[in-house]
Amino acid sequence: MADERQIADESGPAPVIAPGYTFGTVTDQISSVVLTRRTPVFWIACFAGGFALLLLFLWSLVLLLAKGVGIWGIKIPVGWGFAITNFVWWIGIGHAGTLISAILLLLNQTWRNSINRFAEAMTLFAVACAGMFPLLHMGRPWLFYWMFPYPNSMGVQPQFRSPLVWDVFAVSTYATVSLLFWFVGLLPDLATLRDRTSNRLARGVYGILAMGWRGSAKHWQNHEMASLLLAGLATPLVLSVHTVVSFDFTIAIVPGWHSTFFPPYFVAGAIYSGFAMVLVLAIPLRHVYGLEGLITDKHLENSAKVMLATGLIVAYAYILETFTAWYSGNVYESAAIWHRMTGPYASVYWCLITCNIVAPQMLWFKKMRTTPVLLFIASLIVLVGMWLERYVIIVSSLAQDYLVSSWRVFHPTRWDWATYVGTIGLFTFLFFLFIRLLPMISIFEVRTLLPQAKVEEETQG
Amino acid sequence: MKPPIYGVMAEFDNPTSLVNAAREARTRGYRKLDAYSPFPIEALTEALHLPKSKLPLIVLIGGILGGLTGYLMQYYITVIYFPINIGGRPLHSWPMYIVITFELTILFAAFSAVFGLLALCGLPMPYHPTFNVPRFALASRNRFFLCIEARDPLFDRKATEEFLESLDAREVSEVAH
Repeated sequence: MADERQIADESGPAPVIAPGYTFGTVTDQISSVVLTRRTPVFWIACFAGGFALLLLFLWSLVLLLAKGVGIWGIKIPVGWGFAITNFVWWIGIGHAGTLISAILLLLNQTWRNSINRFAEAMTLFAVACAGMFPLLHMGRPWLFYWMFPYPNSMGVQPQFRSPLVWDVFAVSTYATVSLLFWFVGLLPDLATLRDRTSNRLARGVYGILAMGWRGSAKHWQNHEMASLLLAGLATPLVLSVHTVVSFDFTIAIVPGWHSTFFPPYFVAGAIYSGFAMVLVLAIPLRHVYGLEGLITDKHLENSAKVMLATGLIVAYAYILETFTAWYSGNVYESAAIWHRMTGPYASVYWCLITCNIVAPQMLWFKKMRTTPVLLFIASLIVLVGMWLERYVIIVSSLAQDYLVSSWRVFHPTRWDWATYVGTIGLFTFLFFLFIRLLPMISIFEVRTLLPQAKVEEETQG
Repeated sequence: MKPPIYGVMAEFDNPTSLVNAAREARTRGYRKLDAYSPFPIEALTEALHLPKSKLPLIVLIGGILGGLTGYLMQYYITVIYFPINIGGRPLHSWPMYIVITFELTILFAAFSAVFGLLALCGLPMPYHPTFNVPRFALASRNRFFLCIEARDPLFDRKATEEFLESLDAREVSEVAH
């Protein structure tokens, strides 16, 4: 139970989950978060905050639909502004969820079992927020279906040689596959909730969603196989999504965008910010719901290590970006980087370097990685840093292109901010709904981590 | 003719007993049996001699269909239906088709994995006789069940029940239809 917390042990490796759990207590503790009638004040406060921001989002949405994208600060040459910055940022955050659920499953990292469920939910909601921006940025979002190839009376079709069309396919596939993977993982836990709730309505709803799951050997055999196959499919997919997102930039000839190292750089940045978001969500949640025995310090430390590693890759990319600009001898390339460092966006650039490269170096210290409060702050810094990175790449490159006469500095309007903060509200709203209605930790996968889940062969007979 | 009951079910409190019981039932010659557990137990697949899952084949076919759909769709649109001449470059520009071909491969394969899973498990199944056993609700919490079905040729209401009771089961109950 929750009172049997794990004590940090200096001598040996910390166990993945705290000792003393049984199949029953694991099930009860995780499902009680959903099945209780009492809702913690923390939940109500976060949900209310998220809902308020969601209303702000809807307000700016209505204004946008009524007046058009002119309410944002986007003017040529900076046509992408906040919208695409936010898109890239959100979709990057989603990547950690898939990394945890798919790549770590293939690598047999069982510690992921207690954080994969909410990380996948995070992916889903982050992709939903990300999807808003290209959609709203189109100006006439109600015509979004023009992006897909379908027989139409206009006699035109999408241009399949454009990375923007690739993006449509990549992001919609990513959203769909994430949803499927998440649902497959939820099936057995929905059955648990169906069997444990005393509320008739809840039993009906969970029962329909669980589809009659009985946990028979045949079910589990196919379920394991499906999880493995979906993980195998999601792994190349997640790497491809941010690669395709980076193609939106690299295939353009804008100085500061047109470089071959963008795909790995974007993917590393995505995982970096995604793990930061995982920590930002996990640290308060495990504290409020007393789940320290399931989401242990070991999980936080491992996530911090992934963050540090990907952060170093990102740092390497910044260095390489600067080096390439200089070494290429291309006057426009080097001017673009020089403008970033010294021009109108210099303060943003150096802020980003501080947030993304300097601050995370503190994660080298074990104390930093195992103190939840410090780790929480470090993760927030990384999230801010990654947003600034996307902003610098997009806005500063566009603001000062080839022709000096076309230069123009981008100024975000209050509606730029309202839409951005609004999607944070949408994310919070959806995420806390999920926390309240579905088990945030995969119950059946945590059961497999318990020592008593092992079948002892020698007792046979 | 339908047998009067669905089968007989034994309850165990740990995975080892369940696997041993499943093995024992197989050696006794029972064939129509199923085991229920709150989490996947690999040894059960072998103990019950379950055939290999057909899911990989289904997913492979789905993926191939997805890839073909993606490539042929782009070929048809860019070469036949809506050709655009861009500086005399070839219309069949296959390197540009790679991304969407890949994405649709994954998409179709993922859908076939999920629908294949549901089909192979026989889900959705709103009603199943095992749910008639009140304690079966614990199969999704902390108990392990072995059910020998009445359609098994060796099934005999009394003898099967006695056999299950001999397997260090916590409780043996009949499963109504």
